[in-house]
Amino acid sequence: MNETNKFAVVLDHVSKSFGNRQVLCDLSLSVTPGQALCILGRSGTGKSVTLKLMIALLRPDAGQIRIAGNNIAELEGEQLSHVRRKMGFLFQSAALFDSLTLHDNLALPLHRLTNKSKPEIEEAVDRVLGQVGLASDKNKMPVELSGGMKKRAGLARALVLEPELLLVDEPSSGLDRITSSEIDDLLLEQKTREKTTMVIVTHDARGARRVGDRFAVLDEGHLLAFGTIEELDQHGNTIVRKLIAE
Amino acid sequence: MTRFFQFIGDLTLFGSQAVARFFKPPFELHEIWSQIAEAGSRSFPLVAASGFALGVVMTLHTRSTLVMFGAGAMIPRVQSLAFFIEIGPLVAGLLVAGRVGAGIGAVLANMRATEQIDAIEALSIDSFKLLVVPRIVACVIALPLLTVFMDFSGLIGGFCSEYALSHLSLRLYVTRAFTDLQWSNFVPPTLKTSVFGFIIGTVSAFFGFTTNEGADGVGRAATNSVVISSLVIILADVILVKLIFLVFPENAI
Repeated sequence: MNETNKFAVVLDHVSKSFGNRQVLCDLSLSVTPGQALCILGRSGTGKSVTLKLMIALLRPDAGQIRIAGNNIAELEGEQLSHVRRKMGFLFQSAALFDSLTLHDNLALPLHRLTNKSKPEIEEAVDRVLGQVGLASDKNKMPVELSGGMKKRAGLARALVLEPELLLVDEPSSGLDRITSSEIDDLLLEQKTREKTTMVIVTHDARGARRVGDRFAVLDEGHLLAFGTIEELDQHGNTIVRKLIAE
Repeated sequence: MTRFFQFIGDLTLFGSQAVARFFKPPFELHEIWSQIAEAGSRSFPLVAASGFALGVVMTLHTRSTLVMFGAGAMIPRVQSLAFFIEIGPLVAGLLVAGRVGAGIGAVLANMRATEQIDAIEALSIDSFKLLVVPRIVACVIALPLLTVFMDFSGLIGGFCSEYALSHLSLRLYVTRAFTDLQWSNFVPPTLKTSVFGFIIGTVSAFFGFTTNEGADGVGRAATNSVVISSLVIILADVILVKLIFLVFPENAI
């Protein structure tokens, strides 16, 4: 199978700077369909920037980012929209729309991007909220939710359009160990059941080991290591071994 | 100086983009309606109370001078002309710039800081069309309506003040206020507030939507929205008044 087909992700010599500060330098990596790639690294090494480049919220200064064969960095308008519709993004802060209830946060993309009828939308919202354990909270405003509930709600919104590629930014940040483990369970379930391709940026090596199939370690914008957990456990670089140690 | 011209260029481009996107589907009617309700209904008490108070104060100020020249009967006419031609549109514009402009700037900047705008884009929804265009359209529609309320609140205030001082009847006050008042004294100045609305919506949305300073940017966007909107409204008023005089020369007399 051609690696760039379906929802494979290929980053090919990608660089990105903000002013004089180079955040990513000649980064190349790939994710095969149905697999989960975990990107680890110290704070400020360009992990979240990598995710935002993959969904074209940022554009690279150089290189190509191929999502399902399309160089997303060159897409605009309807073409970009078409690719993004197959992608879900869980933001670090969950980024729920604070003027809408949890139900409306999930219903908004369904109303606008699908031809589903109102009962079908209700059914889809209830189903996804049920999957993340928030069925009874659908009428709450985001401000009424705890940190863990917000993360689950953000995940529900990312999943409501049944994405083929899920991008996850720091799923465990600000959460206790039990709650972050619950989020990992949800991601694992999604990967196993729906065969969703995932790219997960995380600091949590324990969670990464549970969900990830392949691992990339970034440091100061450079790719230090890329491979399976067994390969990285044997890596010669101390930073790589420290970052993936449980 | 370069930054100033860059700002003018960016703002103009932003406004032009909003106009162009307004005519393309989806038309976001539901969002426009809710923004009109937000901008209009929440500004109404402020506009009505300010208009009433200004009406009272204006009558108190003009009364002594007009009575001194034996022109006390002209008080209602002066009041209505002043409100319909200039005070109503300009003060309503400035009040809405403060009330609605700050709100738009702060809300959009907060959405930017908390990645909500990125989340909308990530869902492949056009965030500019969803968040910016309806707010600008709402300001364009709501401001003339609020101006009418401002005008009539001012007249009511003026009447109350006049009644307290001279026991002038309501019927006589209204007759005197509207004698010689032309449609051209009312319609063009009221409609010019749509331009004020466009300025408020565009400037405020520009500062809110384009900020990238995190939480600090929220306060700055709100302040800049009010200050720059107010300044541009006053400058635009000069041009619009000259244009009205060109089209309706009798108003210039």
